[in-house]
Amino acid sequence: MTTPAIAAVAATKRFPGVLANDAVDFTVFAGEVHTILGENGAGKSTLAAMLCGLYQPDEGHVERNGEPTLLRSPRDGLAQGIGMVHQHFRLVDRFTVAENVILGDPDQPRLIDQSVVETRVAEIGERFGLPIDPRARIADLTVGQRQRVEIVKMLYRDAEVLLLDEPTAVLTPKEVEALFITVNAMTAAGKAIVFISHKLGEVMSISDRVTVMRAGRVTGEVATADTDQRHLAELMVGRPVESETRRATAKSGQADVLLECRGLTLSIDGQNAVDDVDITLRRGEILGIAGVAGNGQRPLARLLAGIDGCDAGSVAVNGSSVTNHGPLAARNAGLAFVPEDRLGTGLVPGLSLTDNMLLTRPRKFLVDRKGARREVGQAITDYEIKTPGTEAHARLLSGGNSQKVLLARELASLGTEDGPQVIIVSSPTRGLDIGAAEFVRGLLHEARERGAAVLIISEDLDEVRSLADRVAVLYRGQIALQGRTDDLTIEQIGLAMAGVSADDDVGASPAEVAG
Amino acid sequence: MNDTAFVLTLAASVAAAVPIALAALGELLSEKAGVLNLGVEGMMLVGAVTAFQIGDATGSLWLALFAGALGGTLFASIHAFLSVTLRANQIVSGLALTIFGTGLSTFIGKSIEGLPLATDFKPTAWGPLADIPLLGPLLFNQDPMFYATVVFALIIAFYLNRTRAGLALRAVGESPGTADTMGVAVGAVRYVHVMLGGTFAGMGGAYLVLGQVPAWSQDGTTAGIGWIALALVVFASWKPLRVLLGAFLFGFARRANFWLQGEGVEIPAEFLAMLPYALTVLVLVVWGTRDLRRRIGAPAALGVPYIRDER
Repeated sequence: MTTPAIAAVAATKRFPGVLANDAVDFTVFAGEVHTILGENGAGKSTLAAMLCGLYQPDEGHVERNGEPTLLRSPRDGLAQGIGMVHQHFRLVDRFTVAENVILGDPDQPRLIDQSVVETRVAEIGERFGLPIDPRARIADLTVGQRQRVEIVKMLYRDAEVLLLDEPTAVLTPKEVEALFITVNAMTAAGKAIVFISHKLGEVMSISDRVTVMRAGRVTGEVATADTDQRHLAELMVGRPVESETRRATAKSGQADVLLECRGLTLSIDGQNAVDDVDITLRRGEILGIAGVAGNGQRPLARLLAGIDGCDAGSVAVNGSSVTNHGPLAARNAGLAFVPEDRLGTGLVPGLSLTDNMLLTRPRKFLVDRKGARREVGQAITDYEIKTPGTEAHARLLSGGNSQKVLLARELASLGTEDGPQVIIVSSPTRGLDIGAAEFVRGLLHEARERGAAVLIISEDLDEVRSLADRVAVLYRGQIALQGRTDDLTIEQIGLAMAGVSADDDVGASPAEVAG
Repeated sequence: MNDTAFVLTLAASVAAAVPIALAALGELLSEKAGVLNLGVEGMMLVGAVTAFQIGDATGSLWLALFAGALGGTLFASIHAFLSVTLRANQIVSGLALTIFGTGLSTFIGKSIEGLPLATDFKPTAWGPLADIPLLGPLLFNQDPMFYATVVFALIIAFYLNRTRAGLALRAVGESPGTADTMGVAVGAVRYVHVMLGGTFAGMGGAYLVLGQVPAWSQDGTTAGIGWIALALVVFASWKPLRVLLGAFLFGFARRANFWLQGEGVEIPAEFLAMLPYALTVLVLVVWGTRDLRRRIGAPAALGVPYIRDER
């Protein structure tokens, strides 16, 4: 136990515009479970990718059994006994379990002996509690069974280090129990397990040690014996940065309801991505939807904007029902939508700014290009947009500038009869520099002052807290917690984001349970 | 009913199946790797004209066959480069290959248009076996390429289902991302099998001038066989032994006219000439329908360029 089975030493990884991992140190010993905990975008997956050979660190290095090693590809990783179980399974649907297990295995004889493979798969299944029929086709298996195949695949190649990337995200509680039995069997057999998660309860129950990451840095490394969920949540969410642009007065709850949805439900691949969501948004109010990415934010935004149809529930904008009437109906009712992917859903990258402006303008037979050009010109001055001109392609603009163009388009004629009443903004300042971010926040405030209702969906909790009058936390498609921003502590929000609630309170005392 | 005419027609059908089967087996290998190659007709033309030129110059049948195969292979490498390395649209690239192949073979074949070839494949009778009624003329009185084709189909079936390399090949066609993470060199597998596809198509083209009509004619030599081969892969659900059986059916369709005329049934030649293209349209309909494609067993990643997902 003196040398770690695998370690990252001062590993730094940069992507264009992002410092994904900043001098991260991380060690796992044989026979232990070491969890990497953090919000989405904290750098967990990047760290895991460096440990398994998918990425190479820009600075620092990876050590295997105390020796520096260079992993050029996952293949190198596998050759050194490091196996990654991805969140999105790497399985060939049409192959059998056995075929998937031996795919790419250099130790297989050139002529495959099916019976040898099947016997070994059965042995591994027996030993580690992973029962699986080697002849079953992947396409016929449940998600939980597919995950078992992934683990068997790694064990078949004698992996000594297993990285499990958010393995419980796709499992039912019962399957999670079974997985944990397997994990314990693996550590008992001397394997080193790296567990990646953002769910505090699970982390507390399965791991020996926890490394918490935030914004690419390690914010703490603790033994689970010496910590509790509250402390982990603090490390994960970080101290709130009190915002200077604190909202003025939130108006009372008596203003008109501009956006209302009831029982909104959408099922994707058999799971409820949006699950019975109720939202009431009034004139002059900003509601912030917080939550760890992938808990239903994107589908919720698309449902409210009318882009996707819902399975159940209703949406009303400004008093008129727009349920399943499509995006145009929502727009006509006074809804403006600023999606998270600005170049794609928001703007058409290959069209000029003028043409992009025209996209949401009244649909007449002839377009008013001159008017749109004037509008873009005005926006360039007002919003200080840096662009070669009104006819430049949208793709040439930086993230901040394209966000400004998008906001200029969506917020045009704000406060007038035809202007938008409800503004839905996803990740309003993601990827923007400080100046642009401030500007965008200012715009949203101004929109509220001018009588619009604003819905902000963001993974940046600080941003939500500084902008919104009320906060709702999405967890697994449900509103886990809702309240006035001033009445909620960051710990409460953090715990709700991590899914800690009355029925999932491993190690949490009632006082810590949010809601 | 004229029995002799019927048996003769059947025997000729078996021979006519050879080039279709060869080209289709090659296309099957390419498609199993996830690369659709609509350039079969072009590769066959190049194979045919190369084989003719070399056969004419050297007088060696086997050298001619080898040259045809090599010509097809090199020609297919263009498609491999475009679709694997440059990740071009495979339909466009494949069609370009056919158009280019037509032009190139016309150019190479200018001096030999309409000339006869002195050397060609001859059927060999298997002694008394050849005298068995029906089966004799069908199976035991054919030229060596027929037997080679049957063996090729068996080898390919074995390769696909029982070997490590075959498993890797199928994985590349089904899910290149998975194959890549499991250590399979996706690009290399695609290159090899696209080029092997060209080898078989080139051989098929060579056989047209070496085994069927020992002459070169730009629009008469292949006459749409490449398109039939493409359709056949689909109708055979990407299974090599079914490709072989299907080739006999198509071979019969090509030779049936002779027998039908004897029976007093007249099918316009234009109709038969049209068939390959009608089949191609049918295949493209299948191609365009995702659900249908999946149900009949198309490789899931067929036609999709592979890009490793990096940030």
